Amino acid sequence: MYHIISIRDFERSDLDYLLDRAQEFDTGNYRPGMLDDKLVALLFFEPSTRTRMSFATAMARLGGKSISVDSVEASSIVKGETLADTIRVISSYVDAIVLRHPKEGAARLASEFATVPIINAGDGAGQHPSQTLLDLYTIRQSMPVDGIDVGLLGDLRYGRTAHSLALALSLYGVTLHTIAPGGLEMPANIALELRERGMEVVEHPNVEEAIRELDVLYVTRIQRERFPDSASYYNVASSYRITTDLLDGVKERLMILHPLPRAGEIDPAVDRTPYARYFEQARNGVPVRMALLHEVMR
Amino acid sequence: MSRKDPSRGLLVSPIKNGTVIDHITAGEALNVLRILGITGSTRECLSIATNVESKRMGKKDIVKIENRELRTEEVDRIALLAPHAKINIIRDYKVVEKKGVEIPEILRGVVRCPNPGCITNTNEPVASTFEVLDKGLHCLYCDWLIKDDIANHII
Repeated sequence: MYHIISIRDFERSDLDYLLDRAQEFDTGNYRPGMLDDKLVALLFFEPSTRTRMSFATAMARLGGKSISVDSVEASSIVKGETLADTIRVISSYVDAIVLRHPKEGAARLASEFATVPIINAGDGAGQHPSQTLLDLYTIRQSMPVDGIDVGLLGDLRYGRTAHSLALALSLYGVTLHTIAPGGLEMPANIALELRERGMEVVEHPNVEEAIRELDVLYVTRIQRERFPDSASYYNVASSYRITTDLLDGVKERLMILHPLPRAGEIDPAVDRTPYARYFEQARNGVPVRMALLHEVMR
Repeated sequence: MSRKDPSRGLLVSPIKNGTVIDHITAGEALNVLRILGITGSTRECLSIATNVESKRMGKKDIVKIENRELRTEEVDRIALLAPHAKINIIRDYKVVEKKGVEIPEILRGVVRCPNPGCITNTNEPVASTFEVLDKGLHCLYCDWLIKDDIANHII
């Protein structure tokens, strides 16, 4: 059985294969009713808009159906049911389960109790492999991923998308530039793991210093709840705001990505520049998730 | 019959049957017992010597457990705290088996994950699971890495 739990489980060839498949779905090179006898459960125990809707859209595009639990309040979790029991039961209803859960390692646990494939759609501050695949897919639409310079900006401590993406990029000989506010730097064990994988990781004190070297700038949301008061949040957030002034002299092919939702990190004026690719990135969630759903249920 | 010099008397008497764990890192004897699940309320007859002089180690701890032969998976957990420990299985006062300890590749239910957000720290029916790497213990659920102070995380 094929589960999609963590980017750590993937070799480069696995990623390339899934990205190639996503491109086939993206260009309409597929049979529309490929999963017409299949049913997927979308179990979202944490809020989500894009991830949940793009999985539902991807399933519908493939002719399949989906059922969903949208909140903890609406499920038996409030009655004290364990995730293990929930997964055992739902496994008997459907052909695959897409899971988002607030605890790290939840998807790994689910894969041990499931009798159908599990796709991790985010587990706490842990992994979010389908987001990473669509990030890679978006980069690959514009340039080969090999050997490029990628900047990660924002909350690199708790931001799961940044960790997953950095791990994936380490398979492509990418140079990583990290730019994070004090206290939100990338955890030492992840930076160490990246260097052990042969990745060059360069830390920068601010985005101005790094931006002209970059092919990709990946911006993540600075989470307000991590700060003791709103003044210190605005202080940090304003120093990490991407504006059109910052973009003078950048590489022509620079692309700015953001997993969204954004909370002021990118000035809306940047949306009108050719560098802004985050809405295209969000759109790419559908073909990438079509590839994942098809792969685990075919 | 001459009496033995009391200053040369045995610190702990030999046991007839059971296990002697020798060459435990000084000061770790009680932690070793804890990870073997031997507490004050267990029925085993125990002898514990701590900070005993040792030619090889300077100081060491020794634990003797009567009428219980430790299994390999039990003694391997000891390696986390006492990598030089030697296990002697005793039958009828004789050492019938002598072995070192080896840190297992996977530790299941031995160490609690320090990450409060880890799924193993909930009411789910799973044991914490760590793989043993050169750089520390790696949680196979949440990817947390325990680099030092392992004794404090032992369940």
